[in-house]
Amino acid sequence: MKLNARVPDGPLAEKWDNCKMGMKLVNPANKRKYHVIVVGTGLAGGACAASLAELGYQVSTFCFQDSPRRAHSIAAQGGINAAKNYPNDGDSVERLFLDTIKGGDYRARESNVYRLAQTSVNIIDQCVAQGVPFAREYGGQLDNRSFGGAQVSRTFYCRGQTGQQLLLGAYASLNRQIEKGRVKSHTRHEMMDLVLVDGKAKGIIVRDMVTGQIERHAADAVVLASGGYGPVFYLSTNAMGCNVSATYRAFKRGAMFANPCYTQIHPTCIPVTGDFQSKLTLMSESLRNDGRIWVPKKQGDTRAPGTIPESERDYYLERKYPSYGNLAPRDIASRAAKEACDAGRGVGQFGRGVNLDFADAINRLGAKTIAERYGNLFDMYSHITGENPYQAPMRIYPAVHYVMGGLWVDYRLMSNIPGLFVLGEANFSDHGANRLGASALMQGLADGYFIAPYTITDYLAGMKPSGDTTQTKEFAQTESEVGQRLSKLQNVKGKHSCQEFHRELGKLVWEYCGMARTKAGLTKVLGLIPELRNRFWKEVSVPGSGQGINQALENANRVADFLEFAEVMCTDALTREESCGAHFREEYQTEEGEAQRNDEDFSFVSAWEYAGEGTAPLLTKEPLQPEFVKPSVRSYK
Amino acid sequence: MKLNLKIWRQKSTTDKGHFEQHPIDGVIPEMSFLEMLDVLNDTLSAAGKENIAFDHDCREGICGSCSMVINGVAHGPTRGTTCQTYMRNFRDGQTIVIEPFRATAFPVLCDLVVDRSAFDRIQQAGGFVSVNVGGAPEGNSVPISKVNADLAMDAAQCIGCGACVAACKNASAMLFVAAKVGHLRLLPQGEPEAKDRVKKMVAQMDSEGFGNCTNQYECEAVCPKEIRADFISLLNREYLGASVFPRPM
Repeated sequence: MKLNARVPDGPLAEKWDNCKMGMKLVNPANKRKYHVIVVGTGLAGGACAASLAELGYQVSTFCFQDSPRRAHSIAAQGGINAAKNYPNDGDSVERLFLDTIKGGDYRARESNVYRLAQTSVNIIDQCVAQGVPFAREYGGQLDNRSFGGAQVSRTFYCRGQTGQQLLLGAYASLNRQIEKGRVKSHTRHEMMDLVLVDGKAKGIIVRDMVTGQIERHAADAVVLASGGYGPVFYLSTNAMGCNVSATYRAFKRGAMFANPCYTQIHPTCIPVTGDFQSKLTLMSESLRNDGRIWVPKKQGDTRAPGTIPESERDYYLERKYPSYGNLAPRDIASRAAKEACDAGRGVGQFGRGVNLDFADAINRLGAKTIAERYGNLFDMYSHITGENPYQAPMRIYPAVHYVMGGLWVDYRLMSNIPGLFVLGEANFSDHGANRLGASALMQGLADGYFIAPYTITDYLAGMKPSGDTTQTKEFAQTESEVGQRLSKLQNVKGKHSCQEFHRELGKLVWEYCGMARTKAGLTKVLGLIPELRNRFWKEVSVPGSGQGINQALENANRVADFLEFAEVMCTDALTREESCGAHFREEYQTEEGEAQRNDEDFSFVSAWEYAGEGTAPLLTKEPLQPEFVKPSVRSYK
Repeated sequence: MKLNLKIWRQKSTTDKGHFEQHPIDGVIPEMSFLEMLDVLNDTLSAAGKENIAFDHDCREGICGSCSMVINGVAHGPTRGTTCQTYMRNFRDGQTIVIEPFRATAFPVLCDLVVDRSAFDRIQQAGGFVSVNVGGAPEGNSVPISKVNADLAMDAAQCIGCGACVAACKNASAMLFVAAKVGHLRLLPQGEPEAKDRVKKMVAQMDSEGFGNCTNQYECEAVCPKEIRADFISLLNREYLGASVFPRPM
């Protein structure tokens, strides 16, 4: 397939302005005649729906949660980046751009990243105006902190609940539009499929999760802001409901899936304690501002951490990366933790953990200051583990956290299907092979508030309103396919819960497509996944009826998609024969064990096209042509 | 650990509902309360029986989805949400009664799942600052004292779970509304619409069928985000002010 990224001409700094000037507009009186569907109400979806409604369009939002405010953006802890340079430490749009490009290991589209950096400053202004209670200095000015992968302080935050406050801001804007009647909010509704008419996205099929009713919804454009697919690994820091279904169904209808193998493993999470475990809890990266990461120098050292003398500790990040130290980017910090544990120097019950120690910071600043900065995180840690992190170091280990991969979009955030826009974590666009901390919130809101409203307007301006008709053969056909699949799931009538298959899939992909990958492992897992999928369709038990609330059916429907999607992800990891960012292929590393990129052969975006059930997806390459930054070895030493 | 679970089952809003007994074995202290229910649901699935429906999502105490009353206490025996409750807080052989949040304004949809859309409607009535995208001034143009910003944040942490309503004998939503009104009232951005906002939100709260506050502070005692009942005083003061002096003098 031919992909056109529609990157505007001109110097980097002028591309977005040029693009906006070239876009068509819709007359204010005509806007209400157009209808846009937004799937997902997190930062990207909520912000986009509110902004489109402010402009005057009719908008329908869909979320599987019971309220738009519960989308998983709510759980982001640390903060949001913006190139405001308030601390006067040398930040600028250019520097944020460079840090993000380098953080992504030179695998992102330069034009998109530059626009993201430009937009970042407007986001903060917008959020302050909505009443987001950002942390303040005593003089009343906005406060900043540092995050991994940067040497300036450009992260704005609301204690450890930044995602929550930003989402509540977007939700408040959305509420204002709901009250005005411009947004119709459908909660507890899950997207089941995308409807195409003449090759254009014209609607969706949804399931009302309370009644079980299958519904048709038509519109002039469809926005997917349905988040990431982290739970393909079963255990992750994502919410239990996060899934790949919306984007995967679009993929099966022809949308390209880009870079699915770029999955971010976050270095600071609470370690796994047993097989029953359903989720892993993140401890914000901001903790690495004051916490020092170490393991004992000796293998199998089981002494209490406080009794291990300084000379017998290995502060491995400070040792290996003296200039960034504990604030090395996530992929690097995660691999270093794995390395220490693989060498038998891990701590905790299963030896899969490293210490995150606040003793020095408490001595230097006092427990009160530390409590002010991280109080809720410390509380969360002690809730879960029953231990007191003010007295003994936290134990942490990497866990799946975010996916850089997602549906392919052009510069205007439209997929290769006309009328299908994809925002936030659901698209692939801005983070390359590794996302820096505090950049996901920035991207979600940039897409939703400042980019999509322009580009969707341009798309709508080129067409007549279609009048929301659902009485067509395309809707009927898609609806009947959805119904058949749901009954097929219910009619397997096996003896195993869907969770069992999900757990098994998670173990497979974590083992072979997790922090370190090999050709042999990926080849092996590509044989194992279809086997597991076949067993699922023979042995899964989905009790209950299709009517009313049936969470077993909801889960089975999502797991069935994960079981197919995992293959696309592992295929992508197998074909990318280099190490870059979060994608670490053991065959491709330097003598010091760092990731070895291969720019000559792999400086491209891998976009995958669905080729039918049981057939390997087809690869199209979007070449990345760095014009402004010369890719170099990514050093944080 | 062996436990005896007494769980509320109800097929739909119109169904009468009943308690069902489920003995469970092999529970370990490191499990979260919801993971214990996952294990039970796995067993039910294997036997082809309908799973127990319960709302949950982030499982880290921030999305506000979980909505269970455990042994008579909203969110259970420890401070925090149900998903942050761990089995180390229960004894071997204990009977645990699990019910949905109960309030007229929160009808039960199925088993432990309740409809909390009344909270959304209260916020739609006025819980926002009327600012369009594009119209925002420079973020640092209006300084906000750290004291007020911190207080606003104390209120803004509300996760909208509804435990305050479930714990209140009057099923009052005053703590929730107070948190929302308090957050915006304490910031200069919320000032221009403050009077209108408080009246509209309180009117919506009343029309949803929530009860009144009689100062028992059960809400404060169960709030997973430890939002203080002081905010209710602020709400009352604001409401009174807006009613007596509807326009700024």
